[in-house]
Amino acid sequence: MSIEALVKEFAEVAANPKAQLKKYKDQGKKCIGVMPYFAPEELVAAAGMVPFGMWGSNDKTISQAKEYCATFYCTIAQLDLEMLLDGTLDLLDGVITPTICDTLRPMSQNIRVAMSEKLPCIFLAHPQNRKPAFGLKFTVDQYTHIRKELEKISGAPVTDEAISEAIKVYNKSRAARREFVKLANAHCDVITPIKRSAVLKAAWFMPKTEYTELLTALNAELSALPVCDWKGAKVVTSGIICDNPKLLQIFEDYNIAIAADDVAHESRAFRVDAPESGDPMMALAQQFAEQDFDVLLYDEQSSSNRRGEFVANLVKESGAKGLVLFMQQFCDPEEMEYPSLKKALDDAGIPHIRLGVDQQMRDFGQARTAIQAFADVISL
Amino acid sequence: MAETEKTTVAATEAAPVKKAPKPASPGTQALRKVVSDVYAAAWTAKEKGEPVGWSSSKFPCEIAEALGLAVVYPENQAAGIAAQHDGERMCQAAEELGFDNDICGYARISLAYASGVETTNESRRVPMPDFVLCCNNICNCMTKWYENIARMHNIPLIMIDVPYNNEVTVSDSQVAYMRAQFDDAIHQMEKIAGRKFDEKKFEQACANANRTAKAWLKVCDYLQYKPAPMSGFDLFNHMADVVTARGKTATAEAFELLATELEEHVKNGTTTAPFPEQYRVMFEGIPCWPDLRALFKPLKANGVNVTAVVYAPAFGFVYDDMDSMARAYCKAPNSVCIEQGVEWREGICRDNKVDGVLVHYNRSCKPWSGYMAEMQRRFTKDLGVPCAGFDGDQADPRNFNQAQYETRVQGLVEAMEETKKLKEARA
Repeated sequence: MSIEALVKEFAEVAANPKAQLKKYKDQGKKCIGVMPYFAPEELVAAAGMVPFGMWGSNDKTISQAKEYCATFYCTIAQLDLEMLLDGTLDLLDGVITPTICDTLRPMSQNIRVAMSEKLPCIFLAHPQNRKPAFGLKFTVDQYTHIRKELEKISGAPVTDEAISEAIKVYNKSRAARREFVKLANAHCDVITPIKRSAVLKAAWFMPKTEYTELLTALNAELSALPVCDWKGAKVVTSGIICDNPKLLQIFEDYNIAIAADDVAHESRAFRVDAPESGDPMMALAQQFAEQDFDVLLYDEQSSSNRRGEFVANLVKESGAKGLVLFMQQFCDPEEMEYPSLKKALDDAGIPHIRLGVDQQMRDFGQARTAIQAFADVISL
Repeated sequence: MAETEKTTVAATEAAPVKKAPKPASPGTQALRKVVSDVYAAAWTAKEKGEPVGWSSSKFPCEIAEALGLAVVYPENQAAGIAAQHDGERMCQAAEELGFDNDICGYARISLAYASGVETTNESRRVPMPDFVLCCNNICNCMTKWYENIARMHNIPLIMIDVPYNNEVTVSDSQVAYMRAQFDDAIHQMEKIAGRKFDEKKFEQACANANRTAKAWLKVCDYLQYKPAPMSGFDLFNHMADVVTARGKTATAEAFELLATELEEHVKNGTTTAPFPEQYRVMFEGIPCWPDLRALFKPLKANGVNVTAVVYAPAFGFVYDDMDSMARAYCKAPNSVCIEQGVEWREGICRDNKVDGVLVHYNRSCKPWSGYMAEMQRRFTKDLGVPCAGFDGDQADPRNFNQAQYETRVQGLVEAMEETKKLKEARA
C-alpha cells in the first residue's frame, strides 16, 4: 500500500470512532471504553476484548453532561460523559475510569451513577508513590481488580500467558509509534501535522495487532524516502491533546511541522514499555512506576525542574525551534506545571506560545493569529 | 480547606451603625490563641535555626508533632489572607508568575507567598519552609502545589499519597499502602528533625489528636439543638484549630472549654447567633472567605442559621491504632466515593434538623464541586429538603457574584417556606 493509502486508512479510523466501535461489535467482539490516563489496556486485550480510547470529541456539544457537571471542568471528561449519556458509546461493554486528576475523581462517580443501569464501570486509582515496593504492590492490587472486572464482562478468565502476550503486542505497538514519530519528523513534508495526528489517534480505536501491522507498513514506506529538506518551521507540541484537524490545519497553512510531542494523547502514552519477563501483573505495575516527566504524576525529585528540562531537551534533540503548548482549559496539572516549563524553555533559549484550547472551540481565529506570529518568530 | 480565626461573622457583619464587636468568649479566645501560638512557634523555630515545615491540612500531623517539628499550614494561611481581603492581590501575583487563574485560590495565594510576595495580613505571615509535607487526600492539585514549593526553595517534599476510593470502606490494600508511606515519611522526617522518632511522643500526639477530634465533634453536635446555641459559621472559624493544631493538648482543652459554654447556652436557651433562627440549613463546601459578610447578610435577613457543615465529620479523625489512623486519613471529603459523601451529609442534615441545603459551587475546588449536582438530587430525594446552588470561590473574590447568591438564597428561603407549610398542612 502507498503512504497515501495507509494514511487514509488511519485517518478514516481516527475520524469515525463510532464506526470502528460498530465494526468490532459486528465481528462479535466486546469493547471496553478506556478513559485517560495510564489505564492498563493490555488487560483488556488479554481478556480478548477491544480497548476503546475515550478522549472526548471535537464534534460534540456538552448538553446532558451539564446535569452532572459544572462548567469549570476539562471538556474531555465532560464530553466522555456526554457520549455515554447521548448513546454515542452505547455499544461499549464496559468503561475503565482512572482517577489521577481532580476532574476524573468526581467524574468517576458521575459516570458510575449515570451508567448504573447501562454499563459496568471499572474504577481505577493509581498510586502517586508508585516506585517503591509498596507502590508497586498497590498498583498490582488495583490492576488485579480491573482484571477481575474484565473477566466478569468477558465471561472467561484472563490468564497470565494472555497478559504476557498482550504486553509483547503493546510493546511492539509502542515501539512502532515511537519510530513513526521520528519518521514523521524526518519526513514532515509527507507526514503533515494533520496526518501525524490521525495516525497516532487511530491507535486508540484499533486492536494493537491490527494497528501495528498497518503502522509498520507505513514506517517501512517512510524509511524508504529520502529525508526531506524542510524549509518551514518545526515545533514540539505539548499538552493533553491536540487532535483537532481545524487547529492543525493552521500549522500546515504556515508551514509548521511537528518535530516531536509531549502530548498525553500522543507520545506520553507510549514512552514507556512493560518488562516482558517475570510476573506480567508486576510488569504492568513497573511500567506505570517508570512513567516520568508527566504533569499528572508525582515527581520524587520535585525540588529540581526535571520535567521542564526534559521537554526543553526534547525540543533541542528533535531539531525544533520552538514549542507550542496546547493548554487544555481547566486542566490543573498542566496549569500548575506551566511556570516550571516556561522557566526551563526560557533558560534554554527556546521560544514558546501557549494556546488555550478546549474541545468545544469552534473558532480558531485567535489561535491562527498566534500561530502565524510564532511561525514568523521561530523562522527568523 | 482551612479556616481563619479573628474574622468572625458577627464581627464583620454589615450594620447601619458601627458597633463594637462583642468580646469573644473564653473558649473562642483560647482557640484563637492556639492558632496564634502555632504561627509564633514557627517563627521561634526559624530564629533558633530549626527547620520549619509547610504542611497540607490533612497530612498526619501526629508525625511532625512526635518529632517536635514546627509546622504551619498554607491552607489556613491562604484562608486567613483571603478573609482579610488580600487574596485577590496574592492570586494576581501568582498569575503573574504564570499560574493560571483557574487554579485553586489557596494554591495561588500560597505559591505567591512562597515566591516572596508578602501579605498584608500580618497574623498570617510565616517563615519560608525548609521542608514540605504533602498529603493529597484533599486533592491532586495539592501534589503539584507542593512540588512547586519544593522546587522554588530546593527543599525536600514528603509525600503521603491517598488514592481516591470508590467504596465506603477502606480496603486492606489501601491501608497497607498508607502504612508503608507512614513508615517512609517517618524515616525521611527523622533526617530533617535530626532526631529519632519517639514512640511515646507519637502516642501522646495521637491521644491529643483523638481528644481534639472528639471535642471538635462534640462542639459540632451542639448544632443539633433547636434553636442552635451558635451560628454554624462559627465552626468555619474554629476549623483553624483542627487544621493547625490537632495534635496539641491546648487545642483539645480549648474545644472542651467551648463545649462547656455551648452547654450553658443550651441550658439557658440562649445563643451566640446574632438573630432568631427561623430556618436551618446545611452550608455545603468551603465558605467564600473574602465575602463572609456578603454570605451572612441574606442569611441573617431571612433568619437562616447554618446548622450543618461537612467539616464536622471531615475533621473528626478518631482512631485506635496505626491501621485505623491510616483508614481515618483516607476519609477526607474529596477522597471518598459519592455514597460516603452523601451518607456524611445526610447524617448531619438529619441530626441537625436542616430545612434546606445551600451548595457552594467552588471554582477553586474541582474535586469537591464535581459531584454536587448529583448530591443535590439525592438530598432532595432522600431528605425532602430543597437545595440551592451558587457560584463562588474560597479565596478569589472575582469568582463570586453577590447578586446571584442573594437570589439563590431568596429562592431557597421561599422553597423552605413552602415545604414548611406543606408539612404543617399535613400535620
